[in-house]
This record gives sequence, C-alpha cells and structure tokens, in this order.
Amino acid sequence: MNRSFKEVLGSGKFVVTSELGPPKGTNLENMIHHVDLLKDKVDAINVTDHQSSVMRYPSLGGALIVKERGGEPILQMTCRDRNRMALQADLMFAYSRGITNVLCLTGDAVVVGDHKQAKGVFDLDSSQLLTAIRTMESGKDLGGSDLDGAVNFCAGAIVTPEANPIEPQLIKFEKKIAAGAEFIQTQAIYDLDNFKRFMDYARPFGVKIMAGVILLTSWRMAEFMNKNVPGVFVPQPLIEEIKSAPKGGAIAKGVEIAGRMIRRIKEESICDGVHVMAIGKEELVPDILKEAGLANGS
Amino acid sequence: MIRSITKQKPFEEVLELLSGLDRIFLAGCGTCTTLCRTGGMPEVLEMASKLGEKGKIVTGQMVIPVACDELTHEAVEDHKQAFSEAEAVLMMSCAYGVQTMSKQVGLPAIPALDTLFVGKEMGLGRFDEVCTQCGSCVLGLTGGICPVTACHKGLLNGPCGGTNNGKCEIDSDKDCAWTLIYLKLKEQGKLDLMRKYHDLRNHNVEPKPGKIRLPLE
Repeated sequence: MNRSFKEVLGSGKFVVTSELGPPKGTNLENMIHHVDLLKDKVDAINVTDHQSSVMRYPSLGGALIVKERGGEPILQMTCRDRNRMALQADLMFAYSRGITNVLCLTGDAVVVGDHKQAKGVFDLDSSQLLTAIRTMESGKDLGGSDLDGAVNFCAGAIVTPEANPIEPQLIKFEKKIAAGAEFIQTQAIYDLDNFKRFMDYARPFGVKIMAGVILLTSWRMAEFMNKNVPGVFVPQPLIEEIKSAPKGGAIAKGVEIAGRMIRRIKEESICDGVHVMAIGKEELVPDILKEAGLANGS
Repeated sequence: MIRSITKQKPFEEVLELLSGLDRIFLAGCGTCTTLCRTGGMPEVLEMASKLGEKGKIVTGQMVIPVACDELTHEAVEDHKQAFSEAEAVLMMSCAYGVQTMSKQVGLPAIPALDTLFVGKEMGLGRFDEVCTQCGSCVLGLTGGICPVTACHKGLLNGPCGGTNNGKCEIDSDKDCAWTLIYLKLKEQGKLDLMRKYHDLRNHNVEPKPGKIRLPLE
C-alpha cells in the first residue's frame, strides 16, 4: 500500500474499499488475519465503530492495526458514544498515529444494540462532525482555542440512495458535502438502474462516490434486509436468483452477484468505485473482486 | 395542556420502597395521573386494596386536585388525623407532586409511579413528548415540529440513515421527525429552511438544574 487514500481518490482509478468489524473481546487474531488478507487487495479498509450499537473492540484500535500492518485504514466515527470533547481527542490521537481517513456517521440508536440502557450521546451529528474536522484542520478546536499542532484528514460520509422519501436524504447529503465531505460510501444498493438515477443527481457535486455492495449469503438474508434494514432494497429477481442456486451454493451465487454488480458499475462508469461489505465473510472479498475482474486491487 | 406523563412502578418495587413502613397514607393526583390512569381515584382504590392484602394499614387516602400545587398543604390539613397516623405517604402523582408533598410533610413521600416525560395530550389516552425544554428553540425553522425532541437522536440537520419509510429505526410505531418536518416544510413551500445548516448545539443554555429569578420589585 503505497498511496494514501486521498491520492487514490484523486488518481481517477476505480476505487475499492472494504470493511472490517472489530471483535467482541481482545482476541484480535481473526481481525488481523482479515487485515492481512485485504490490505493489498483494496485501496482502504473501513473499521466499523460498534456497528449496530453492539459494543466491540474500538474502531480506533482496529484502524491502528490496519495501519501497523501496512494497510490504509478509514476510521469510522459515530456520534453515538462520544461528546465533542471525546471526538476531538480521538481525532487528534488518530492523526498523531498516522490514521488520516475518517468516515463521519451519526451512528445507530443505542436501543437497537446490546447495551440498550446506555445513554446515546449525539452531541454532534454527522455533518457537524465533518465541520469539527475542518475546524480542527484550521488549527482551532470547537471551543475556539488554538491547537498546538492541527490535524489533516480525508473525511467522508454516507448516503442512502434507496431511502424513502429520498429528498430529506439528499438535502442531508448536500449538507455533508458543504461541511467538507470528500468521499461518500453509500448504503448497500442492489438496483443499479435506480442507483444510476441517484448518480445523475449526485455527480455534479464532484464528490467521490463509492457504491455500497453487501454480499448476499442467502435468500433469507436478502428478505431479512428488505424487512429490517432501513434503506436497503434487494429486488425480487435477485432473491429468486439466489433461491435457484444448487444446495449449498447460495454463497457462491452471492459472490457471483456482487462481482457482477461491481463489474457493471466499473464498466459503465456508474460511480467512482465500490465499498464491499462482506459482514463476517471477509475471506470472500478477494473472490468477489476476482469475479468482478479486479483481482489485483483493480 | 401539557401533562406530566407517568407509568406505575411494578408493585414489587413499591413494596420494596415501603419495606419496614406499615402505616401508609395514599395520595393520587386529580390532574395528570388521573388522565394517564396511573393515579386517579380508581388507581388509588386499587392500590389501597393491594396494600391491604400485603398487610399494610392505609390510614387514609385522597386524590389531591393538583398534587404539584403549593395548595397541597391544605389537602394535608384536611386529613391531619390520617397523616399523623401514617409512617409514609405513597404518592400516585408525578415526581413534581412527590417533591411538593415531601416539602409539606415530615413523612417520607414515596413515589408509586415513574415520571416518563412532559407531554401533550393528543387525544383521549394519547400523549406525545413534543418539547424537552432545550433552551434554544428551533421550531421557527422546522415547520413547528421539534427535532430535538421528536427525533430519537435529537438531530438538527436532517434524518439519519435509520429512517425507514417515514418511521424511526427504534420503533415502527414512532414517526421519523425529519420526514414529518420535510413534509410540513414542503407543504408550506419552505423546504429551503431544511437546507439551512445548524451549527453545534449549546447543551448548557440553562445549565442543569434550571433556576430563574425574575428581577421583580
């Protein structure tokens, strides 16, 4: 990994990112294995921040491991668990240790996770976290005091192109760009024709957009997401396609579908890249990239 | 009218709070807890009977018209005898009433209810939290719907990614505040207000505990 993520974004190449969820506990073996597996195959690796509000090893710790092992980390930061003081402190720490990419998220509600009685903080929202980063880059903290040593980040955010209604999401998307987002990783998309319409709207903003691709591992998973994951819609023909897979072949079919989508996104230049989420099946990410014709990190 | 919205504590918890206390005066409230059906006359009578079954002696009972009002001391006067025989007052009012009673009598005032929020009655038996007294009102920019309160995360700059067909990610019975705000502003032709970036909130407009002294002569 020679180029920083910011350089990759500026290079015009088809960007490929993936993500890891840190473990619940201090056994880091599996995560380290996945870091080593992915670090040379993708342009950057997101490390999630207590995803779905389930308490885990911190994203900052995971991002450090990616860095230490020669990968390019994207630190996911939610506003759920830290007030503006703690967020700024963690940003300074991250920067001081060479972590220079941050994905700014509001964060899931505490009550959907495994510490349902915890206090959700939400002192800032995702667009305000972007503002915080840009403020700190100017050498000031959010209290207006001077920093002895500023930060410098490549900061990004997310958007949900399939949300209903979509317009409130688009207004927020524009606020995030105005607040300084340089890249956008989308929530999972499966209907590329719909996504193309989103891109027709989004392209003029000039921000780099990576389409979210979640590996489907079974038709049940697809139906579960349709029912339970806000803003994710797997079209019925895709569900039927997985159902048609031979016994034991659902995952291979999912890899094929993900690879096919990525290939089409690249070939038709629908957006600037993809963000591949394998959710616990990280060892399949190289197969997905191979299926997409991106075997050597595109 | 705004109401203090309550729910009854589990009876086991009430008994735990009353352990070692055998003679109880029982007081409900004629206002909010009557409306919430948590501390009106029927609930007070039911509590009296349940306490009786557990061997407690109810020295007296009443429904105070407005338990948070300073006039509570008059109610105490009216039931002087029953209060003097009691070791504690079990309050079936909101926490405002409990604290008012606590100041009026020497006896421990013990809550039988949990106070959930200050809400607005939206119809019979329907109460919604619509304001959390944040000290920095944004209603003028949000179509008269408060995102600090009505959005679970209190977001000022639009919906999170958890919004789901107009509902909130935490509960499909709860509306997404930002969808409501969007629809309202759209209807008013004022969607530009939604594009306004809200800077970081001041969480200490009136640092807790709130205390205001007007300069009256």
